[in-house]
Amino acid sequence: MADPVTHPVLQLSGIRKSYGSGETETEILHGIDLRLERGEFAALIGPSGSGKSTLLNLIGLLDRPSGGQLFIDGQETGQLDDTGLTRLRGQRIGFVFQHHHLIPAFTALENVAMPLLVARGRPDADMFAQAGRLLDQVGLAERKQNLANQLSGGQQQRVAIARALAMSPSLVLADEPTGNLDTHSADDVFALLREVNTRLNTTFLIVTHDRRLAARCDRIIEMVDGDIVADDRVHDKLPA
Amino acid sequence: MKSWMPFEWIAAIRFLREGRMQSLLIIVGVGVGVAVIVFMSALLSGLQANLVKRTLSSQAHIVLLPPEEIARPQSPAAGIALRLQKQAQRLRSIDQWQQIQARLEGLPNIAAISPMASGPAFVVRGDANKAITLLGIDPVRYSGVIALPERMVAGQLRVGAGEAVIGIELAKDLGADIGDKIRVTTAGDATETFTVTGLFDLGNKGVNARNVYVSLRSAQSLLDLVGGVSSIDISLHDIDEAERLASKIAAETGLTADSWIKTNAQFVTALTSQRVSSNVIRFFIGLSVAFGIASVLVVSVIQRAREIGILRAMGASQGQMLRIFLLQGGIVGFFGSLLGSGLAWTFLMLWRLMARNPDGTPMFIIGVDPWLVAIAAGGASLVGILAALLPARRAARLDPVVAIRG
Ligand SMILES: Nc1ncnc2c1ncn2[C@@H]1O[C@H](COP(=O)(O)OP(=O)(O)O)[C@@H](O)[C@H]1O
Ligand SMILES: [Mg+2]
Repeated sequence: MADPVTHPVLQLSGIRKSYGSGETETEILHGIDLRLERGEFAALIGPSGSGKSTLLNLIGLLDRPSGGQLFIDGQETGQLDDTGLTRLRGQRIGFVFQHHHLIPAFTALENVAMPLLVARGRPDADMFAQAGRLLDQVGLAERKQNLANQLSGGQQQRVAIARALAMSPSLVLADEPTGNLDTHSADDVFALLREVNTRLNTTFLIVTHDRRLAARCDRIIEMVDGDIVADDRVHDKLPA
Repeated sequence: MKSWMPFEWIAAIRFLREGRMQSLLIIVGVGVGVAVIVFMSALLSGLQANLVKRTLSSQAHIVLLPPEEIARPQSPAAGIALRLQKQAQRLRSIDQWQQIQARLEGLPNIAAISPMASGPAFVVRGDANKAITLLGIDPVRYSGVIALPERMVAGQLRVGAGEAVIGIELAKDLGADIGDKIRVTTAGDATETFTVTGLFDLGNKGVNARNVYVSLRSAQSLLDLVGGVSSIDISLHDIDEAERLASKIAAETGLTADSWIKTNAQFVTALTSQRVSSNVIRFFIGLSVAFGIASVLVVSVIQRAREIGILRAMGASQGQMLRIFLLQGGIVGFFGSLLGSGLAWTFLMLWRLMARNPDGTPMFIIGVDPWLVAIAAGGASLVGILAALLPARRAARLDPVVAIRG
């Protein structure tokens, strides 16, 4: 397997995505090139309908591009079948969605342990210990045994972040993670993402509408109509 | 979370528990279906076993008779067309019946063999004169074929020299009781006087009015069959094998071998068609149970699309999603069958209380066979899994992108 240290976490070249076929075929992404290095904290902005979610789903291996190449930790993904994509996704990528998407039948602790359970097949003490530590880190030590719908929106999003980190992924994809939260909670959640990035050197790609939050990222990638139109480094913290 | 349970089991159980009302309703639905199937099966097999037992209480499973005489065409001059007519059968002995009996004894599945000399006769007592069937038996051997000792209502089954055992109907007709004398006359004008030693009730009015049991030797001399027997009665361990075994014996010995299945062909056909129609009913109940489970799971897959999408995003494979939903079908089927067996058991207890003969004894005994419960549980779980196949495939093939966005 490719060595994650010598390869970029993510590399896209000429990624295209079309929906429909024949007469009704519409191209949503027109050849995206993008590279994310390890530890980057990047915002993806752009008007609604510009293709941000579509791109995130492709990067997250939930969908397949119509053209171009996609590398995760140096591994080309075009040749993988569904099982291969699923495995790579489970191991390397964490998701945080706008509507937090916890599984209501499970407690906060079980939700965080879920990616480990899915990967290992059976519960074990270690995965709950790890899930417990993650919940401690996102400030929900007291809420471990609560069912998902017994938590506030901000709390649920913290659980979702803890869950995204459970497999120690190389890349966390967050699609409008603060879109459903009030300003105060949004700030907290964003700060949490930033803290994880600093502490664990996990790479983040965060879709947001909020320019104020985007400005607190290291890099702002802007999309319009399925093309990347701007890619700015806000801080020169990273090696050029 | 139970640590020994695989992820798929944990998720399946949680999903069912969370959809409390839905799960409960479908388990009750499955339970009612299973209850009807189990109750019907128990009732039917109890009823049929009872009918067969009653039918066979006064009949041998196989009766061997001398070969039928070949029907010969009558003189062509006598009629316009050639007519085949069955000859009236004279009372004949089975040739070398001792050897045949010895051969039969070596066959598997044979419970008892009873040679007998029997034929028509008249019984006279005072003014009363009745046509009867005289049966000369060895009481020990005969008891292995017909449970006559259990059916004695007065006196005992004793047929020594000059002793006879008669049915309760005949006793009534003749006004005879234990210790009374009766005179038996045959067509050949042989006559012997017997003392009545016992009265039987074989549960069949005709048999109770007609059968007169005497010793083999007495019947042989009265019927002019000295040293011979007119038939051999056989009882089997497995009565369903009667027809097959009868054909085999007929082929080997050249005798006529009538199985109870052939003798009671209409009755057996009625039993078979009863079983067939009950199987059809059971099949359709099973089918509607399967559709019930499938429809609940189809709805559940749609309701859980988002959760399925998240699980897929977290690395759950299509196979894992498939198994989660197959298991839900199986679990619903299993618990439904337990509930159903419990319900069926309750129905049967109620049936036992209510279905009684006029004298208050149970009409017939039926019980829930533990095997039937085990088969119902296994069958319902399997039906559940099969019913879940379609919804589970839908869950596995759900596009996670669509599921998460929706
Ligand atoms: N499954 C699909 N079929 C057809 N069109 C789609 C599908 N998914 C997204 N689109 C279209 O792709 C465009 C980009 O959508 P999306 O990636 O959700 O934009 P954003 O997240 O930037 O708001 C939109 O015009 C949307 O209607
Ligand atoms: Mg979007």
